[in-house]
Amino acid sequence: MMKNIGLIIELNNGKIKETNFGMITLARAKNTELFAIVIDADTGVLKEDLESFGITNIIDVMLPEGQQNNPVICAKAIITAIKVFNISLVCGLSTAKGKDLLPRIAAFMEAPLIMDCHAIDPEQNLVKTSQYSGKTIATIKLTGEVLILGVRPNAIAPLKAHTSARIVPVELDEKNLVSKGFKVIKTSETDESKNINLADADVIISGGRGMKNADNFDILSKCAEKLTAAVGASRVAVDAGWVPYSMQVGQTGEKVSPLVYIACGISGSMQHFAGMKTSGMIIAINTDATAAIMSNCDYYVKADALEIIPELTKLL
Amino acid sequence: MQLYVCIKHVPDSAAHISIVDKTHIDENLTFLLNPYDEHAITEAVRIKESLPGVEIIAVCLGKNDADKTLRSALAMGVDRGILITSDKRHDSIETAQALKSAIEQDGTPDLIFTGKESIDAEGMQTMFRIGALFDFPVATNVVRVDIEADRAVVDSALSGGIVNTYELSLPCVLGAGRGLNTPRYPTFPDVVKSKKKPIKKIMFKELNINVSLAGMNIVELEPLLQSREPKEITGDAGEIAETIIRILKDEAKVI
Ligand SMILES: Cc1cc2nc3c(=O)[nH]c(=O)nc-3n(C[C@H](O)[C@H](O)[C@H](O)COP(=O)(O)OP(=O)(O)OC[C@H]3O[C@@H](n4cnc5c(N)ncnc54)[C@H](O)[C@@H]3O)c2cc1C
Ligand SMILES: Nc1ncnc2c1ncn2[C@@H]1O[C@H](COP(=O)(O)O)[C@@H](O)[C@H]1O
Repeated sequence: MMKNIGLIIELNNGKIKETNFGMITLARAKNTELFAIVIDADTGVLKEDLESFGITNIIDVMLPEGQQNNPVICAKAIITAIKVFNISLVCGLSTAKGKDLLPRIAAFMEAPLIMDCHAIDPEQNLVKTSQYSGKTIATIKLTGEVLILGVRPNAIAPLKAHTSARIVPVELDEKNLVSKGFKVIKTSETDESKNINLADADVIISGGRGMKNADNFDILSKCAEKLTAAVGASRVAVDAGWVPYSMQVGQTGEKVSPLVYIACGISGSMQHFAGMKTSGMIIAINTDATAAIMSNCDYYVKADALEIIPELTKLL
Repeated sequence: MQLYVCIKHVPDSAAHISIVDKTHIDENLTFLLNPYDEHAITEAVRIKESLPGVEIIAVCLGKNDADKTLRSALAMGVDRGILITSDKRHDSIETAQALKSAIEQDGTPDLIFTGKESIDAEGMQTMFRIGALFDFPVATNVVRVDIEADRAVVDSALSGGIVNTYELSLPCVLGAGRGLNTPRYPTFPDVVKSKKKPIKKIMFKELNINVSLAGMNIVELEPLLQSREPKEITGDAGEIAETIIRILKDEAKVI
């Protein structure tokens, strides 16, 4: 039997974020039809991109005026689309927005949900995710009429598969689109094209206690600018007040999977590893050759990060 | 005002995890209060100190020895505890049903706190499920909470530096994030005092939970093996920088 898979497309400034294409690639399987669920966008403009990754249906969802940032309204509109198009598996990205949206959909539908999946078998309804602070990989079987998955950004590289797609609007019943007892007072939409988000970054350069002070993080930012990288930090650097908490990588910070993670003056505690161990390549720069990270990386440099990074920036 | 805090008994984040029977971890290790739930408790205590007539009740679904974690919560300022005992591992659909049912049996919640995530299951969803079952509004990863007469105004920080301000009518469910506060750890007198505070135990099966058709079942657990083979980059600073650039270009293909 044909299975309908819904993919919630995350946009940035009206454009499709690159990480969506990896998610679509991960969800593709035999006997499935792919439905992109696109919210408040000019779907005509996005059609070609979606078609080049195997999408055959583009569901055009328009939220009522003034509700664009309300995750409750958005969840309810997506539930309508799920029902109208008989979708039995829904994928969205495990990003900032996804973490406030996907669990709402799952809770309203009493549907199973696994966040941060890095592998999906849509035929068997099996997924893989990390558990126990990233120390184990769990294979989980989901059961239910509709299954919801949060996909880890950058879990796999996008692979093209050309199709042609039709655009179908979904009728929303405004009476159902209420968010009882919940109001959005303010949102701080950051322009992610300027400020590279840790969760989506291809390259992350992170600093720890070895950076010694807040000013030295500028050294990392300058290098990151040249590399189009995001800057991360260990908890020690955050607790010392050198950088904001939103930059923390680790078990109690952001969980990231960039293609390359450059750790500067970070010892590699279990809790830090919990947030970055799935990185493609890890490069460690540390003055202490016995630091844990030096034996759990791909390349290590036994040197002062404050000397190496400016040199790197100069040559880039 | 009754303030409920859902707390989970989880393996210490620094502990080594080993797997038995392919689907379970060896539980012979230190269990602690889930770190985000410490923020939830600390916030509840702060609210109690600023408003008259607040009672804080911690609720935990876990094995019998999870009472240790409830004791830690009592020492941090919670008034009393409820332990729903079960030897099984429950998914978040069942967990939310059990927590809801125990809370409902016990009193009338004005506010329910959880952590934003449990560090063992990493589910990030129990608060939303509790909210849906009660039909209460929910916000997660809250980093600021202001309780006004019949509403809560919260900042919800969902990574990447994005902060949304939400207004929720009471009762509501809030998932505490790390930026919310600094957990206040108990002093010795707090610990002594907490010994007299009551913990009520109920069995999971006494709660009459509906069997849900929906579920999430772990069919296999594997250790995340790291097969990285570290190679050293040597030379003076300039040479090292050149080598790194070559690796980023040729091997990682990111520049
Ligand atoms: C419940 C819990 C949750 C936690 N969550 C997190 C989390 O999410 N993220 C996190 O990071 N931590 C977390 N931690 C903290 C963690 O245990 C470590 O304390 C922390 O990661 C250490 O940070 P660090 O590597 O910067 O500092 P350190 O361990 O002090 O390491 C500093 C390193 O810098 C090196 N160094 C010094 N000077 C230089 C130099 N000039 N150039 C190069 N190298 C230099 C040193 O050799 C050393 O290896 C958590 C802890 C607990 C208990
Ligand atoms: N077994 C449990 N007992 C009590 N609270 C729980 C339990 N499981 C989850 N929670 C609460 O729900 C939050 C989120 O958990 P999770 O959805 O598993 O990430 C936790 O921080 C706890 O506050």
